[in-house]
Amino acid sequence: MGRYVARRLLLTIPVLIGASFLIFALVYALPGDPIRALGGDRPLSPAVQAELREEFNLNDPFVIQYVKYLGDLVQGDFGTDFRGREVLDTIEQRLPVTVRLTVVAIAIEAVIGIIAGVLAGIRRNGFLDNLVLVSSTIIVSIPILVLAFVAQFVFGLQFGWFPIAGIGDGWYSYLLPGMVLAAGSLAYVARLTRTSVAENLRGDYVRTARAKGLPKRTVIVRHTLRNSLIPVVTFIGADIGTLMGGAIVTESVFNLPGLGRAVYDAIRAQEGAVVVGIVTLFVFFFIFFNLVVDVLYAVLDPRIRYD
Amino acid sequence: MRLSKRSAVLVATGLSGAMVLSACGGGDDDGGTGAAGGDGGSFSVYIGEPENPLVPGNTNETEGGQIVDSLFTRLVQYDVETNEAVFTGVAESIESEDQQTWTVNLKEGWTFHDGTPVTAQSFVDAWNYTAYSPNAQGNSYFFSNIAGYDQLQAPTDDAGNVTGEPAATEMSGLRVIDDRTFEVELTSPYAQWPTTTGYTAFAPLPEAFFEDPEGFGEQPIGNGPFQAEEALVPGQGITLTRYDDYAGETEGNADSVEYRIYTEQNTAYTDLQAGNVDIVDQLPPEVIASAEGEFGDRYLETAQGDITSLGFPTYDQRFADPNVRKAFSMAIDRQAISDAIFNGTRTPATSYISPVVDGFREDACQVCELNAEEANRLLDEAGFDRSQPVDLWFNAGAGHDAWMEAIGNQIRENLGVDYNLQGNLDFSEYLPLQDAQGMTGPFRSGWIMDYPVAENFLGPLYSTAAIPPAGSNVTFYSNPEFDQAIAEGNSAESNDAAIEAYQNAEDILLEDFPAAPLFYRLNQGAHSENVDNVIIDAFGRVRVADVQVVG
Repeated sequence: MGRYVARRLLLTIPVLIGASFLIFALVYALPGDPIRALGGDRPLSPAVQAELREEFNLNDPFVIQYVKYLGDLVQGDFGTDFRGREVLDTIEQRLPVTVRLTVVAIAIEAVIGIIAGVLAGIRRNGFLDNLVLVSSTIIVSIPILVLAFVAQFVFGLQFGWFPIAGIGDGWYSYLLPGMVLAAGSLAYVARLTRTSVAENLRGDYVRTARAKGLPKRTVIVRHTLRNSLIPVVTFIGADIGTLMGGAIVTESVFNLPGLGRAVYDAIRAQEGAVVVGIVTLFVFFFIFFNLVVDVLYAVLDPRIRYD
Repeated sequence: MRLSKRSAVLVATGLSGAMVLSACGGGDDDGGTGAAGGDGGSFSVYIGEPENPLVPGNTNETEGGQIVDSLFTRLVQYDVETNEAVFTGVAESIESEDQQTWTVNLKEGWTFHDGTPVTAQSFVDAWNYTAYSPNAQGNSYFFSNIAGYDQLQAPTDDAGNVTGEPAATEMSGLRVIDDRTFEVELTSPYAQWPTTTGYTAFAPLPEAFFEDPEGFGEQPIGNGPFQAEEALVPGQGITLTRYDDYAGETEGNADSVEYRIYTEQNTAYTDLQAGNVDIVDQLPPEVIASAEGEFGDRYLETAQGDITSLGFPTYDQRFADPNVRKAFSMAIDRQAISDAIFNGTRTPATSYISPVVDGFREDACQVCELNAEEANRLLDEAGFDRSQPVDLWFNAGAGHDAWMEAIGNQIRENLGVDYNLQGNLDFSEYLPLQDAQGMTGPFRSGWIMDYPVAENFLGPLYSTAAIPPAGSNVTFYSNPEFDQAIAEGNSAESNDAAIEAYQNAEDILLEDFPAAPLFYRLNQGAHSENVDNVIIDAFGRVRVADVQVVG
């Protein structure tokens, strides 16, 4: 197991280098002159523009720019944005916000999604099953932007149950945005769990367990659910990566100063170092959580071994 | 023109009179003794993410400017009603015999938030630092009319690469006479120069800045009514507290002000409705219709010192004839577009100059009103080829699509000329294309004044010296008579003579018509019941020192 994990982690290095190269190339390929845009309708003085281009290596050919970026990176210098702020500082300051939001969202989607899925799966075509089916269909079909504004308006402004914006109330600030962010995935988790549970309930090992006279709760939680969770865990693992990078809308509407919004702004400003730094971090998280999922397989199903 | 202490006192008296009338109280005039001016309390203000470090010489946009303006007081300040320079800042007087060499006298008793005195050297060092091109300060060009500025610019080759060091680090035109006096020599006479020193870029900097410019950018040490006791947190904001040793007249009323950063105006507005934030100085366009009813007298609308124009590519054969350009202007019903698309938040423009500054004439532009008949006559005379559509250019993603399309429709309807919208380029592509004479038809052009003088709406946009890459003259208009009229205004001895010369310049502009003035913007803001005496000025900035906490 240890060797397997170590090998997988080593493999992320070439993947990250490749990913950073691709992202760097994509930012480079964006048309336009970011330095000219800094001044807006009133251009910065030509000498200042030249100075900035020099500072950010914008006059160099693409490959040279990338090599210089990597060279700085090896020395622990992630570069700066156009206003001179270290990319590492930005990450350090914004990552906790993104992590908290993701943790809340994943917790909500896993707990509520799995419970709803199990309840629906045990009594197929019962009332609960239909309720989960209908409500999940509705939630999946609403765009997250609409969901975010409606939730903010109703639960934040009208009822006043949750803060409307910002992170001033600690973890509580993340609850409503977390629910909005989790909503779509929650519906998927519920459906995946339901199908998987319903299928496994017909399995031979479940019949055996029942025949042994085990209590119903033990049969479902210890035997059925454990086996049913493999596809669900796969989905949630991949979803962690997606939620971290894809929370731009939620972060903007609820005014959470996370990484999603930072990367959006950086792309618009064509700040290569910022985009590459943050997106490569997203790629790393994606790979990492997929590794965690693979390890979890072995925990859930003893037949799976990695040695 | 000569601005002296006397006229400043007059204006200041008028101001405080007005404040008593409106029962606002505010700062008392001896100023700066302990908590004399304050009524306490704290309040919060919406703000967008500042784009630059909080250094005055590097802050050229509204959001950072709002914070920097609370932290720094410059030589002069602007009267909120008349937008004229008043001597309530650090300068006792700014005088000149020839409008070219100015002597600045500073008031006594001004200190930075770290306790060090504000001296002539504080200004001179700050300005030299900002002008010196290797420091890459965004506001460098504001000092380009000071003698010796060119020596502080690094040489560049044709490809825009820096090829060496600037020849000097200090402008020869700045001379410290003593602690409270310095001399400024301009490259050519500019009577409005004292007024320009109220702009953000002209703030003094303490010695602490030069030791650690980067740390300073997060937590500046200024000389303004409020001080930063903690650093700015990007994405979240900064809380400023009142500076009790403030030497100026415009000291803060509240104990503290929190600038809270929002990425979405809509979210800020919802927070305002819930009473979580006290002042939102920019309302999202879609709520403007309902906000006035909802907030009543807590809804604020202020005329802004800006102009939106339809620029013409004077370098394009099709638009080389001024009559063609006038015809297009007369095909546009500005009021209809303002009502239909902007909820009436745009005032149809009748001049190249904004109504908020001295020198504006309400009926300057005769061809800025819809007159389809005359427009068609001019177009026929000019032999304009109606069969070819015109391209209408604007930058993408900035909310220009709807109104530019409306302009296109009016041109089609009134002139019988079809149009193509060219609105796919982001600012970073659009601006370089403008600079490279790439506009193949009329284009959207915006301008926000730097300082409240009529010249700021003329020289930087239409003078020969401002043709790209040096400046913002994107119509590439060039007329020596116009340049001459501006120069006359700049060296005029009295304000009236200057205004007259600028109006002459505008008349030349109206004859040649390189751009069609379209709109002046009205800014919408609102505040909670927790605060009173909220004033938003023509720069779209909240006068935070005046705000009183009542809740």
